[in-house]
Amino acid sequence: MITLSHYLIVGAIVFSLSLAGIILNRKNLIVLFMCVELMLLAVNINFVAFSQYLGGTMGQIFVFFILTVAAAESAIGLAILVVLYRKRGTINVAELDTLKG
Amino acid sequence: MSYDIPNLVPAFPEMIVFSLGTLVLLVHAFLGQRRPIITYGAVQLIILMSAVFTLSFINEPTMLTFDNMFILDKFAVILKLFIELAVFLCFFYSRVYLADNNMPRGEYYILGLFAMLGMMVLVSSHHFLTLYLGIELMSLPVYAMVAMKRESGIAAEAAMKYFIIGAMASGMLLYGISMIYGATNNLEFSTVATAIANTAPDQKLILIFGLVFIMVGIAFKLGAVPFHMWLPDVYQGAPNAVTLFIASAPKIAALGMVVRLLVEAMPSLQIQWQQDLIAIAILSMALGNFAAIVQANIKRMLAYSSIAHMGYMILGVIAANNQGYAASTFYIVTYSLMTLGSFGLLVLMSRAGYEVENISDFKGLNTRNPWLAFLMLIMMFSMAGVPPLVGFWAKVGVLKALVQVDLVWLAALALLFAIVGAYYYIRVVKVMYFEEPDSEQRYIISNDMQLALTINGLSVLVLGLFPGWLFELCKSAF
Repeated sequence: MITLSHYLIVGAIVFSLSLAGIILNRKNLIVLFMCVELMLLAVNINFVAFSQYLGGTMGQIFVFFILTVAAAESAIGLAILVVLYRKRGTINVAELDTLKG
Repeated sequence: MSYDIPNLVPAFPEMIVFSLGTLVLLVHAFLGQRRPIITYGAVQLIILMSAVFTLSFINEPTMLTFDNMFILDKFAVILKLFIELAVFLCFFYSRVYLADNNMPRGEYYILGLFAMLGMMVLVSSHHFLTLYLGIELMSLPVYAMVAMKRESGIAAEAAMKYFIIGAMASGMLLYGISMIYGATNNLEFSTVATAIANTAPDQKLILIFGLVFIMVGIAFKLGAVPFHMWLPDVYQGAPNAVTLFIASAPKIAALGMVVRLLVEAMPSLQIQWQQDLIAIAILSMALGNFAAIVQANIKRMLAYSSIAHMGYMILGVIAANNQGYAASTFYIVTYSLMTLGSFGLLVLMSRAGYEVENISDFKGLNTRNPWLAFLMLIMMFSMAGVPPLVGFWAKVGVLKALVQVDLVWLAALALLFAIVGAYYYIRVVKVMYFEEPDSEQRYIISNDMQLALTINGLSVLVLGLFPGWLFELCKSAF
């Protein structure tokens, strides 16, 4: 029997994985983007699980909005990535260190 | 199934901004870069129109609409009015700068307009969904604006950092919201507040868990320690006109977010969020003020000073009574006037291909343009909290609210950090008045810009001499 807590644990694991990815990753910006998306998906798992368990639709509607906004967000992120790549010729996270102080 | 048309009246200013903004976007797409002045005029007109409609609601009782998702109370009206004012002034200052630096002008105004729409939705939210959409609508255009100067490598880098950290912050916030939803089975602020109040103390663990994530999201959006690291980089990397935009209006919206989330949705968790906020405030004031001292770049210095100011602003929320919230509102409104003035000055002093961004650029400003130096002096003294300028009354307000709830030690600590802060503001004044300029060339600024900057600067002085009406206005919001 799969209960609510199973879903929440999956959500928490996915969330921690994405957070660890953002913090640990020093190589590639695309991987960073994937981690951000993964974080939102972990939230979606939570919302859908709660919504099913509590018997309302509000959480599921919220998920649709999160998905839509996530799409817009990655569009902007990729656009910035293209600008950055044109200017710098690299998408290595470790090389983004001009701004410091 | 029946569908009732919701009462659209409270959302009228937002609807104007959205519908006419879309229209301007279309017109701009046809005109291209040939006539940016048309886009500029249209956008400013839209802001004025929405401000007039917002003003007309100022004495209305609180209205809820769209299935209680959208609220129009006096707090929302006041914040919206000042957001509109800040965006209007910001576009006004930026016009010449954008033309000089050959940046895509129409896009700047339109993106800024939609970011303003996001802020307006955010301060009017009465539901976690509206709040989330407001935050995202505010943030997404700003990410694009930071990267707008395409020939600048550091702008793209700043935009990338801002984007990643901002996206992570909304992820955290959403995770917290999902926990609150799981514990209360609701997303509307007033219902959530009642549900939390009725939760047994031993059931509160999940709520507190959610609250921690929400606090992280709030600290990111405010730019408060320990989630402040993006702020100096973004302020420095963004073109001056965009820094001006980021530094003013979104701060006002951030206060709206704090009040809506903590005060309206989770008043019963006050003991928990108060502790978190005290830690955030102390760290922000300490790190902001001390790190600002060593900066040579004035944009970075003002970024650290804004971290410190966010700490002071939160002090009013920590007091957790109506007087404290009013003091915070007063603080943020006057702070946005001061940043508009100081960053506006940076924007106006910048020339084609030359960004004014180092403190040494202000050397001997008094001989090159005494009036500009005087206005900058007003801004710096006001930020440091020197009477009779308005920054002094803002600090007095939040400290008084703290003392009244017996948090005297926190007020004393804040005062101590304010003294540290005074050092680097006064250093700018010293550089302007007592150091020799690098060149004798005068700064010439067109008359209309000078007039706007003068009004901006003198408003800080006049509000400092007569702060009463603004205090009353902020007080009436709670």
